[in-house]
Amino acid sequence: MVTVTPTADAPTGTTPTTRRRPGGRPVLRLLILVAIVAVVLYPLFWMVGTSMKSQEEIVNNLGLLPERFTPGNYTAGWSNFDVSFGRFFLNSAMVSLLTVVGNGLSCLLAAYAFARLRFRLRGVWFAVMIGTLLLPQHVLIVPQYILFRTLGLVGGDWPYLPLLIPQFLATEAFFVFLMVQFMRGVPRELDEAARIDGAGPYGIFRHIILPLSRPALVTTAIFSFIWTWNDFFRQLVFLSQLEDYTVPVALTLFIDSTSQSAVGPMFAMSVLSLLPVFLFFVAFQRMLVEGINTSGIKG
Amino acid sequence: MALTTAPDPTRRGPGSARAHTDRRGPGRFRHSEGLAGYVFLSPWLIGLMGVTAVPMLLSLYLSFTNYDILTPFSEVEWVGLANYERMFTADPSYWHAVRVTLTFALIAVPLKLAAALGVALLLNRAWRGVGLFRGLFYLPSLLGGSVALAIVWVNMFNRDGAFNSLLSLFGIQGKPWVNDPDWALETLMVLAIWQFGAPMVIFLAGLKQVPTELYEAASVDGAGRFRQFRNVTLPMLSPVIFFNLVLETINGFQGFTAAFVLSNGTGGPVDSTLMYTLNLYITGFTELDMGYASAMAWVFLLAIAVITAVFFSTGRFWVHYSDGEDR
Repeated sequence: MVTVTPTADAPTGTTPTTRRRPGGRPVLRLLILVAIVAVVLYPLFWMVGTSMKSQEEIVNNLGLLPERFTPGNYTAGWSNFDVSFGRFFLNSAMVSLLTVVGNGLSCLLAAYAFARLRFRLRGVWFAVMIGTLLLPQHVLIVPQYILFRTLGLVGGDWPYLPLLIPQFLATEAFFVFLMVQFMRGVPRELDEAARIDGAGPYGIFRHIILPLSRPALVTTAIFSFIWTWNDFFRQLVFLSQLEDYTVPVALTLFIDSTSQSAVGPMFAMSVLSLLPVFLFFVAFQRMLVEGINTSGIKG
Repeated sequence: MALTTAPDPTRRGPGSARAHTDRRGPGRFRHSEGLAGYVFLSPWLIGLMGVTAVPMLLSLYLSFTNYDILTPFSEVEWVGLANYERMFTADPSYWHAVRVTLTFALIAVPLKLAAALGVALLLNRAWRGVGLFRGLFYLPSLLGGSVALAIVWVNMFNRDGAFNSLLSLFGIQGKPWVNDPDWALETLMVLAIWQFGAPMVIFLAGLKQVPTELYEAASVDGAGRFRQFRNVTLPMLSPVIFFNLVLETINGFQGFTAAFVLSNGTGGPVDSTLMYTLNLYITGFTELDMGYASAMAWVFLLAIAVITAVFFSTGRFWVHYSDGEDR
């Protein structure tokens, strides 16, 4: 594989046999990494800093930190529209939490069938499920909008139904796949033992698979929450009344009012809207990173 | 969370309550398992039919009509291939959107993957703090798709934004990049590249799989760092590169939120950020031209399927599977 060419470029590591990877100077490498972290995180610090600057400072103070902290942006942003941001946050939280419940339940049921039960056409359905992994939501939105509108659910009494119904029907194939992979790791001997004790498919699900699938459920719940909380496209399409708006849709109202005075409040509400995701990140960082490793799901 | 019903605290033998009443022979069990399979599968099956397959077929039909969401189905007019004809021959803004999307994906995706691989290589050799760095680099991937971050981004590249204040340190007079048709899409590319953390995590996992012996053998053979990278790292990593490339390309085609926020839903300035999905949204949900939008959605789906197929058929020429790995 490697052509033998003797060169002066000897491995720079001190003792190549003991080091895991031969590499350059560790201090230099660390400095480079810290510099990249600074560049990567700069926008986030700038966002928080700007959210606490007065309108005048936003234009004139180019530094990261405000000279005078102006928490007023937060109160101004909170009640910037006819409906308070508290309402938008409640709406977002409700949609996200119900999505978590829906995805958890429905994907778990489907995954159990795929991973453990033998039934006709299982292979076919599994292939179809994998196929829907590649189906872009932007392609689905037009047909789904037509469907839900025809059913009178768009802008209906409870406008969140079009957002939530698919989530209770295991349409997020990513999570089904993730759970199938997880359940395949649960030893089949446990099933056998339960079967000898007389448990049927339902008993095995209830007493073996459900309790043991907790880690997969937690991963699904975290990703469901973050994705739904951040999701914009579906919520933009299906929500039309101001009081029904979720946080992302409400944030775009700030863009409409292009006046410079809205920048501070807009940043304040942007910071608040990212806070739940950030807290999830802090709490579950390792799990999130492991999650993309095992399933390759997008960020 | 809070989804799992707590497992039986006493940890009895599973299903022991039913052990005496429900004992069955193996034959009957198989039969009931087949039934149970469909019981457990039913929500997914209903979803597949109800909110995926049937609506998709309906929209396929509607793509041959002039459906505009307001007219009832009974009065919808069959227009044959008119929507597709219009798309391919008579709609310059459609082709413009295709160009914008391809430009975006062709530039942003390779740069994002290069950044991801570069940082992963740096991190892979670090011996401490890998977890912390990995987490910090991953954070933008979690936040970057949101409206909030798109808002921040647009302001950062605006006249009074952080980017221009950085330039002014070097005495360069900046401009409102997001309002400039020549630069608006580039700011969105930078936003996409900024989210290199997700593919980086996958690269990092791939790098951990490369056997150390290969590097040792290579360095014994006198291969320098660059040669080791070319002849050991790249081939060993090619399945992961392939995976990331397919995933990120498909994601790249679907960029919507940031373009919407930058242009306030118009695709401006001067259509420079008119991504395919944004054009689709405007056609279907602003102009209510649902028949035409359905046709666009179907062409989009086919395009993604074709591109994925092309990736997979060319993959065998450059993706290297070591003996143990491919199954």
